[in-house]
Amino acid sequence: MKPDKEFPIRRVIDEDGQLVGDRSGVTDDELKEFYRWLVTLRTLDQRAWNLQRQGRIGTYPPFSGQEATQVGVVAALDRMDWICGSYRDWAALAYAGVPLYYPLLNSMGHPVSGNIPDSVQALPVQVVIAAQILHAVGLAWSAKLQGQDRVAVTFFGDGATSQGDFHEALNLASVMKAPVIFVAQNNQWAISVPISRQMNSQTIAQRSLAYNIEGVRVDGNDIIAVFQTLKEVAARVRAGKGPALVEAVTYRLGAHTTADDPTRYRPSDEEARLSHGEPVARLKRYLLGAGILGEEDFQRIDDEAKATVDEAVKTAESYPKSASETVFDHVYQDLTEPLKQQRAAFRQRVAEGGGQRG
Amino acid sequence: MAKVTMIQAINQALGLAMERDPKVMVLGEDVGKNGGVFRATEGLLDRFGEARVVDTPLAESAIVGSAVGLAMGGMRPVAEIQFFGFIYETMDQIGTQASRMRFRSQGRFHVPLVIRAPFGGGVRTPEIHSDSLEAFFCHMPGLKVVTPSTPYDAKGLLLSAIQDPDPVLFIEPMRLYRAFREEVPEDWYEVPLGHARIAKSGDDVTVVAWGPMVPVAEAAAEKAGQEGISVEVLDLRTLSPIDTQAIIASVQKTGRAVVVHEAVRTGGFGAEVAALIQEHAFLSLEAPVLRVTGYDTPFPVPSIEDLWLPDAGRLLEAITTVVRY
Repeated sequence: MKPDKEFPIRRVIDEDGQLVGDRSGVTDDELKEFYRWLVTLRTLDQRAWNLQRQGRIGTYPPFSGQEATQVGVVAALDRMDWICGSYRDWAALAYAGVPLYYPLLNSMGHPVSGNIPDSVQALPVQVVIAAQILHAVGLAWSAKLQGQDRVAVTFFGDGATSQGDFHEALNLASVMKAPVIFVAQNNQWAISVPISRQMNSQTIAQRSLAYNIEGVRVDGNDIIAVFQTLKEVAARVRAGKGPALVEAVTYRLGAHTTADDPTRYRPSDEEARLSHGEPVARLKRYLLGAGILGEEDFQRIDDEAKATVDEAVKTAESYPKSASETVFDHVYQDLTEPLKQQRAAFRQRVAEGGGQRG
Repeated sequence: MAKVTMIQAINQALGLAMERDPKVMVLGEDVGKNGGVFRATEGLLDRFGEARVVDTPLAESAIVGSAVGLAMGGMRPVAEIQFFGFIYETMDQIGTQASRMRFRSQGRFHVPLVIRAPFGGGVRTPEIHSDSLEAFFCHMPGLKVVTPSTPYDAKGLLLSAIQDPDPVLFIEPMRLYRAFREEVPEDWYEVPLGHARIAKSGDDVTVVAWGPMVPVAEAAAEKAGQEGISVEVLDLRTLSPIDTQAIIASVQKTGRAVVVHEAVRTGGFGAEVAALIQEHAFLSLEAPVLRVTGYDTPFPVPSIEDLWLPDAGRLLEAITTVVRY
């Protein structure tokens, strides 16, 4: 088998923004909306990085480079479909309807960032690599058992494919024919470990063969290709054809988190080479070349994105603090006797001014 | 009322819960056609069908991890881990996911999941099949830990656990599955979680026990009685959240306490019980709180396990020591 031939990368616009595939099914208006989202999210991501550097938020995991995959996938879903992501998937959550100030609050250590609004069918982000993949299987399975017309989508990285939970999830989903879409965001790096040391397979998508499920590879920096692919895959999964594995080939443009320095391990020529095709600039080149948007539009979109992000920062920074004792509120539905005693002691400490730094 | 074994009582509870609520389902290894290696799920596949009685692939993390999703999606999964020792495979899904989802989501999601597992020694198993690992799980906020010692409690506690809105680890003493029968109502009843039971009341010393050690404590109490020592046996039933009040009330009455568990000694749950007693009943104590436990070794091979496990003789020694202190 030649995996790169069996699982070719689907692509509609190339790195330079040239149309190289079939754009059907995606309207100009949809593209304009995608572009507006990509710019807003990129602006947010870069602002978050700067806010961390200014000490205004804590550790932050940037998603720059992965916006097209996350937005393109969610755009292809129905409103009631489940989304199960990880810490680098705030772009997906934001597009699904989570307020833009949530990722900022998350990095500021505000607990509300775990409480995804009821209107969005998504789990809160969690950090144990690959754990959420099994939750997606369970959610999809529960939808099937209850006769609900819902699929579950889970996002994870290339590093996650080395975990046991990845294997267990794909195997179980295949056996149960659970309507779940596994989206591997192959951004080439798991902190400092390149994909070549993560696996000796040529592609992630080829692993679908082992589970007898559908597997496809798509250019994760090409939002048109991602959106089209997911539309098709979701329709098959929704129709009861079983789960699917989508490998979105992308590139982590920046560091793992604000606490990481990729110059320690990542060659700069690779960065230069693989950054060129990044999703925002690529879509911009295409829109410009195709005459769908012009320079004035781009300026307006940039300005709007900046204003939107300014607003998100303002909301995050003025967000009411959570009362400290709420730490006891959501451990169990009802406070247990031991927790009642501990909360009383905690309250006492707070009342006496304890816990103040310095 | 029919007299049934603990395993039959558990089977009854599962059947009743599935009858009453179509969202209740069981999943695990060999729980379907085979009815579970101990027959806890016998007959359920025929009664409720394979959508709700699910033989899963052999993957503990997948069993619990998918059950977390099933529970958040509206089902009431009862997952079986075939032997408690195999739960190491799914420590992550229990410790970082099931037990934390309510907290992480600030109440948006909760995980009404029961994980059942047979545990404990005395049945001559291969390696890892007899381990008592309850202390790990009592150290996980968000999780409840329950263990019955009688058929009556097994059924009533399991029905409460399945109704509970939070994840419950329900560990079943393997050696008591068929050790004795007792009268158990055929219908639905619940034994509330979080409440200890006085298995035998007494005045001179409190023995705190749970699961497989309760009959051992009762036997030691019987022997102590012959020597004129009146022992109170407290069966905790729920380890987390612990019934501190019941422990303290008993120790305030008796002035002495011995904690007994099969699990290895260091960092065992007995240490937590001893600490609570000295925090809350220090002035009632006539003697140090003693522990009778497994040794700090891996669970031994079958030819050694009878010597390794706490028995009535070892427990009686400790009881005598605290009484004569």
